[in-house]
Amino acid sequence: MTYLAKPRLLTAKAPKNALGYTRRDYEGAVSTLCAGCGHDSISAAVVQACFDLDIEPHRVAKLSGIGCSSKTTDYFLGNSHGFNSVHGRMPSVLTGAALANRDLIYLGVSGDGDSASIGIGQFAHAMRRGVNMTYIVENNGVYGLTKGQFSATADKGTKSKRGVVNSDSPIDLVALALQLGASYVARSFSGDKEQLVPLIKGALRHKGPALIDVLSPCVTFNNHAGSTKSYDYVREHNEAVNRVEVILPRDRIEASYPPGSLRRVVQHDGSILHLRKLAEDYDPADRIGAINYLQERQALGEIVTGLLYVDSSGQELHGHLNTVEKPLNQLRDAYLCPGSGALEAINASLR
Amino acid sequence: MTAIPAIDSCNDFVIKFANVNGSGSASANELFARAIMRMGVPAAPRNIFPSNIQGLPTWYEVRVSEQGWSGCRGGCDMMVAMNPQTWDRDVAGIDPGGYLFYDSTKSLPRTKFRDDITVLGVPLTAMCNLEYPDARQRQLFKNVMYVGALVALLDIDCEVVKKLVADRYRGKDQLIEANVNALCLGYQYARDHLPCPIGLRVRRSDRVGDRIFIDGNSASALGAVYGGATVAAWYPITPSTSVVEAFSSYCRKYRTDPDNGRARYAIVQAEDELASIGMVIGAAWNGARAFTATSGPGISLMQEFFGLAYFAEIPAVIFDVQRGSPSTGMPSRTQQSDLLACAYASHGDTRHVLLLPEDPYECFSFGALAFDLADRLQTPVFVLSDLDIGMNERLCAPFDWDDERRYDRGKLMSFEELEAGKNFGRYLDVDGDGIPYRTTPGTHPTKGAYFTRGTTRNAYAKYSETGADYVYNMERLRRKFDTAKTLLPEPVAQPAAQPTRIGAIYYGSTAAAMAEANALLAAGGVHVDLLRVRAFPFCDQVIRFIEAHDAVFVVEQNESGQLRSLLIGEGEIDPKRLLRVLHYDGSPITARFIAGKICEAVTDCKLSPIAEVAS
Repeated sequence: MTYLAKPRLLTAKAPKNALGYTRRDYEGAVSTLCAGCGHDSISAAVVQACFDLDIEPHRVAKLSGIGCSSKTTDYFLGNSHGFNSVHGRMPSVLTGAALANRDLIYLGVSGDGDSASIGIGQFAHAMRRGVNMTYIVENNGVYGLTKGQFSATADKGTKSKRGVVNSDSPIDLVALALQLGASYVARSFSGDKEQLVPLIKGALRHKGPALIDVLSPCVTFNNHAGSTKSYDYVREHNEAVNRVEVILPRDRIEASYPPGSLRRVVQHDGSILHLRKLAEDYDPADRIGAINYLQERQALGEIVTGLLYVDSSGQELHGHLNTVEKPLNQLRDAYLCPGSGALEAINASLR
Repeated sequence: MTAIPAIDSCNDFVIKFANVNGSGSASANELFARAIMRMGVPAAPRNIFPSNIQGLPTWYEVRVSEQGWSGCRGGCDMMVAMNPQTWDRDVAGIDPGGYLFYDSTKSLPRTKFRDDITVLGVPLTAMCNLEYPDARQRQLFKNVMYVGALVALLDIDCEVVKKLVADRYRGKDQLIEANVNALCLGYQYARDHLPCPIGLRVRRSDRVGDRIFIDGNSASALGAVYGGATVAAWYPITPSTSVVEAFSSYCRKYRTDPDNGRARYAIVQAEDELASIGMVIGAAWNGARAFTATSGPGISLMQEFFGLAYFAEIPAVIFDVQRGSPSTGMPSRTQQSDLLACAYASHGDTRHVLLLPEDPYECFSFGALAFDLADRLQTPVFVLSDLDIGMNERLCAPFDWDDERRYDRGKLMSFEELEAGKNFGRYLDVDGDGIPYRTTPGTHPTKGAYFTRGTTRNAYAKYSETGADYVYNMERLRRKFDTAKTLLPEPVAQPAAQPTRIGAIYYGSTAAAMAEANALLAAGGVHVDLLRVRAFPFCDQVIRFIEAHDAVFVVEQNESGQLRSLLIGEGEIDPKRLLRVLHYDGSPITARFIAGKICEAVTDCKLSPIAEVAS
């Protein structure tokens, strides 16, 4: 019941992270989403990930578009600035914010309606531009907030709650992101916290555009037989290619694994990704291979999850633009204004 | 022998060049105009170019005016007809008694000429074919050659031209030599074969003074640099593209960190105009001064985001270089028809701050001011110029900057204030001016964070659907808009030499022609008080001006009289008091047109000396 205020009780034993914060410090307002909504699990995973990584909440900027998923930014990181922008345009607003201050962490939350229809253009260009961000798509195959229309990620042949059959081909945001140059591409499932939390952690620590397509069933409009985004369907067809663990620079001990089963990726910021292989022939460093693998498995009705691709070279937009270390929004007048002397010289050159 | 006397005028004439675009003529024509200015005689050159890259007609019109009139006068005293495709209309457009200059290599039938003009032919193609071996050289130097001929015909100081060539190609001696050679060939031919000087002449003067010569778009870009912009997001569109190109160039020079060569700015060419304005808003939300530059079609695309920035109260600066509209309209023609689209941009009850520069000087100063206003008012600020100002170089006052000036970043609550427990409500009016405080992301660990949304909310940024919260917000926005009036550039009044009940209101690029029209009217006994509007919302002075006159002409370059509509609506003015003077065919408005219309109306309505205007 969302009209009840969240209790501020805290047990003395609540675990604290390195900053002295508890999980509660990473939470936000009470969710107004339907009971059982997959998005709430994703919000919880974001909270857990930020807590585990010792992120200072106020150093995260959360941006979203319009839709049920876009509402979720209110339900976590209550001490972070949030921006619920306009439908399909979160990527541009986030890009602008990221340009202004390269030091913050940018988390973009969107849905399949927001990102694959009206927002498909901005999604694509954010990926190819190399914006340093974590982009979570909460993918349920429908427009929840407007009551159940198909979205562009709905599979062909699936049925709506009222029995309408979708005749359009689906957009695969993961495949698009791979094609367009995103440097961290993952797919997960809201019901698999063990898989999802490390993927979010890896993305938050990643330098470059990180996309996580999270299947997140809509219990009200798309959780029935005939849907390929329902809890049942996703559980039955989920094929994880790896399991990810994120080791921070401060963690000294890395668990060991049987040889050949682990891939170790050192990210640009020094954090380490342990990718424990589940699929024999899957290589997360091979972009083209990844695209092929996805297409092949998709044809067999499989939903491929895990960290599908990672490029840890750390290339991103600020690097391309060669901006100064200091955030642009902190540059004072003297660094920006050339002054009257320079202006006189300009005047002289124009006579 | 012509029955009509040849036009005789020193330092006061209109010369027009008709060329094929992409042929290198622009450079030569500019050399001509600059030479006249270097002789101390003001000149106002204008490019009329097609929406194309190469091969279509283009014109370059130079208004030479010792008095300093920089608007279009109307009419043409001399035509340099270098484009066979437009020959007939070019010749037809010469004023009786005027001059026609052309390439006489190929002979033309008599019917192609007129009896009431002086014809001056130079066999340019033949001379070039003789002098130069390759086609490109022949084309380029043909242009310089005709400049040389004009120098002789108009008695322009040849040394001034040679110095200009030397300045332009400094360090490239071969080019200097080649250009001077072409100049001299044309000059010598004219001296040997044509009556030099003709009735139109240039004589050295001192009327240019310390003015500079620059286009409005470059000036706007420089204004953005001086105004502290660090983020530019844009999409190319005629005629605003050169704003960001110039910004980029100035930034490379003035915003590159001397220690490490890194950029104190970020410019992103977005995928479209929606992404452009989205980036601007995101950057400004996060505390960086940001802008975009566009034209009419871009303004249409950006409407949704304008409403978001208005309602969520986020700064943004938008340079709209207006062009012929509606729709794709006339991409390379000028107009002033985005006024309403900007003033009331986006659905719902919105209103936006507009700055209306008249020339490159104001493009610079308003450009810089826009960022202070956007931060102070926490709202989008539109700088509305047009193609005529933006893409033509114009003599204007030199730019100035007070080194004591500090950027006004507006009501930004700091870490210290939050830490001290200062009450923060993102949409709370604390002092009655309608402007709340804001914070930027990352300021304080536990205080000052809030949600930014386009939805309605209470004064503490909590989502709300109650009527009272919505009305509070709307009333506060109205107060904010009233506060804006006190911060904007005031209108410029120019009273007539004699008391009069007739007034004229105008803005932007109309100013140049209006000033000259006013002189023409006064000479004919029609006295008009002038008021140039420089911003929206209008301050009381504008409304009082209208009330103080029986009839006010609203002179503008659009079809529906948009400024007039704004005045009527915002000032609650009786429409009958405001008379339209509208020019909107894509060419710049001329002094003759304005004077003609006003004179006609004054005569028709018997407005002079004084008459009752039906109210």
